[in-house]
Amino acid sequence: MKYVDEFRDPNKARALVKKIHALKDKLHLSDGKPLQLMEFCGGHTHTIFRYGIEQMLPNWIELVHGPGCPVCVLPMGRVDDCVALAERPDVIFTTFGDAMRVPGSKKSLLQAKATGADIRMTYSPLDALELARKNPERQVIFFGLGFETTMPSTALTVLQAEAEGIENFSLFCNHITTVPTIKAILDSPDMQIDGFLAPGHVSMVVGEQPFEFVARSYHKPLVITGFEPLDILQSIWMLLQQLADKRCEVENQYARIVPKEGNATGLDAISKVFELREFFEWRGLGSIDHSGVKMREKYARFDAEQKFSVPNLKIADPKSCQCGEVLKGVIRPWECKVFGTNCNPETPMGALMVSSEGACAAYYNFGNLPDLLSKRIKLQKESVA
Amino acid sequence: MIKAAQNRRTLRADTITLAHGSGGKAMRDLIEDVFVGGFDNKHLDTLEDQARFDLTDLSALGGRIAMTTDSYVVDPLFFPGGDIGKLAVTGTVNDLAVSGAKPLYLTCGMIIEEGFAVEELRRIVASMKSTADAAGVAIVTGDTKVVHKGAADKLFINTAGIGIIPSNINITATRAKPGDVVLINGFIGDHGAAIVDARGEMSLEHTINSDCQPLNDLIKCMLEICPDIHCMRDATRGGVATVLNEFAELSSTGIMLNESTLPIRTEVRGMCEILGLDPLYLANEGKLVAIVPAEHANDLLTAMKSHPAGKDSAIVGEVIQEHVGRVILQTGFGGNRIVDMLVGEQLPRIC
Repeated sequence: MKYVDEFRDPNKARALVKKIHALKDKLHLSDGKPLQLMEFCGGHTHTIFRYGIEQMLPNWIELVHGPGCPVCVLPMGRVDDCVALAERPDVIFTTFGDAMRVPGSKKSLLQAKATGADIRMTYSPLDALELARKNPERQVIFFGLGFETTMPSTALTVLQAEAEGIENFSLFCNHITTVPTIKAILDSPDMQIDGFLAPGHVSMVVGEQPFEFVARSYHKPLVITGFEPLDILQSIWMLLQQLADKRCEVENQYARIVPKEGNATGLDAISKVFELREFFEWRGLGSIDHSGVKMREKYARFDAEQKFSVPNLKIADPKSCQCGEVLKGVIRPWECKVFGTNCNPETPMGALMVSSEGACAAYYNFGNLPDLLSKRIKLQKESVA
Repeated sequence: MIKAAQNRRTLRADTITLAHGSGGKAMRDLIEDVFVGGFDNKHLDTLEDQARFDLTDLSALGGRIAMTTDSYVVDPLFFPGGDIGKLAVTGTVNDLAVSGAKPLYLTCGMIIEEGFAVEELRRIVASMKSTADAAGVAIVTGDTKVVHKGAADKLFINTAGIGIIPSNINITATRAKPGDVVLINGFIGDHGAAIVDARGEMSLEHTINSDCQPLNDLIKCMLEICPDIHCMRDATRGGVATVLNEFAELSSTGIMLNESTLPIRTEVRGMCEILGLDPLYLANEGKLVAIVPAEHANDLLTAMKSHPAGKDSAIVGEVIQEHVGRVILQTGFGGNRIVDMLVGEQLPRIC
């Protein structure tokens, strides 16, 4: 398939892996501790597992799967709010499919649907707007979530609703921002990351500049990375090359999609409709300042949070869940106490087990489960001893 | 018997009403005109409450009876490459055939939502009849229920079937052995992709046709070449991945798949790329997965390729001693990953 197979060429992959191995002597590796490279984005995590990239890498590189899966970091309280909105008899609640199975404190959207709520999966916010046009007697709510990648399309949908005067459409806004989150990870005291693979599709919207602080203030190399397996291998090699040269820069591996200055039309739509929240609650990571957006006052009538009352309760993550430590790279997914036993894709406790882009689900689905579980038991015994 | 066939009643209504399920005259009109007339065979013409078979005829074909049932609730009822009627026949025929059985007789139970168009029902019955003829089976008894508007979605069909397994055949999911070869009779995921496409949510450039087809003749040809096929199932819901996981688990072996040999249409791959679906988990309605002794694999492949239901057949993997109960995929990119059973529904990714 054109424009796909070129980026999955096994010969080029072998050549890149060879180049990665060759850099070992130029890197200043401390004994025993592998280099930790974080891929921020859930899309990257998915590619890494789908193509078996981890096994192709030398054992002195460890990939840490970051918090860039918007479904995974959605706190339980927000899911409860979704369920409360969806269960209103006058509402058609529309959502991306991934969000259906995220557990709330009482039920997921999928369970709410089974008990009678009118919940529909859509592929685009414009599908929700179309439903609003066709059902003028119902209130159609779109569950907006995602980083800057999906923000422009929801913003443009709100602008379209305003232009057409479609008053029965509203947005339940749970959009989150990338930069404050990366900053929170970098500020965390147990931070050990040596370099970042930055999210390609977020960068397509925001451009290169917002990531400059990672290199400038935190002295970590960062490479904006595409989503095909060769993109990932090439970006890892670029990160290692920076580390070998003792450089800390923002480099753009995904230049075929990401313009340096981002997408002006998209950014314009975002700033018209949204403004930063003071703080936003993340599953596993807690509250992070300015890490989410809400709708501007001008668009209050399209804001489901203002239009309908939502419970807006803060629900603590289950105590045994270690999603936060996994998200920061402090432990690996299979080291979590409940991984693969009480927490599995059929009955997820933590959100990292829910989405196919969640690190735990990826390990569970694509990893060797019995091996991982026995490794964990061994680790637990060692820590007791 | 002949008299009943000649004086069949006629159904004049345009839509199905509750009266057509009430047991009275309207129901007789529906059954005699649409079903007895449509399925048209000597078993139905007797208008008895059951079909009757001569045991001597059956036992001449083999010593064991295979029996299966399946319900069909597909939405939309008509899709490129098939419809619910065709599906209801091929699905049950294939469930019988993968045991090595010669499928013979099917039942047909219909649950119809009131208000359903008689013309559509006739089209579906005609499709069942022509599919049954093509597969060499007869629909010999049936049942009709009509339910209130909203109590069913348009039309649900249940078919059950029986067939006879020849005495020299022993196909079970427990017989995979290290060294055996995995065969598939063509492109995977077409049915699942066709249904997504037919729902019209994606507005794709190309139409994808369902692979919905009876497999019994292909399987007959395969068994003539190699009666000792070890495992065989049709890869319907849950796709090829699910069937292979069942073989690996029940046979206590591992299975190694080679991604670059998996036959997948470009259109299906394209749709999966857009929606974040995995073709290995997409439903098929005319694809079998067989585990066969290595020494017969090439002959089987040649025979399958010369049959219309298997012209795109391929060897896609092998049974291994290691990784017991697991299916491992060698990715075209050079890595390995585990292909687990499907959890929940395959849902589209959001970014």
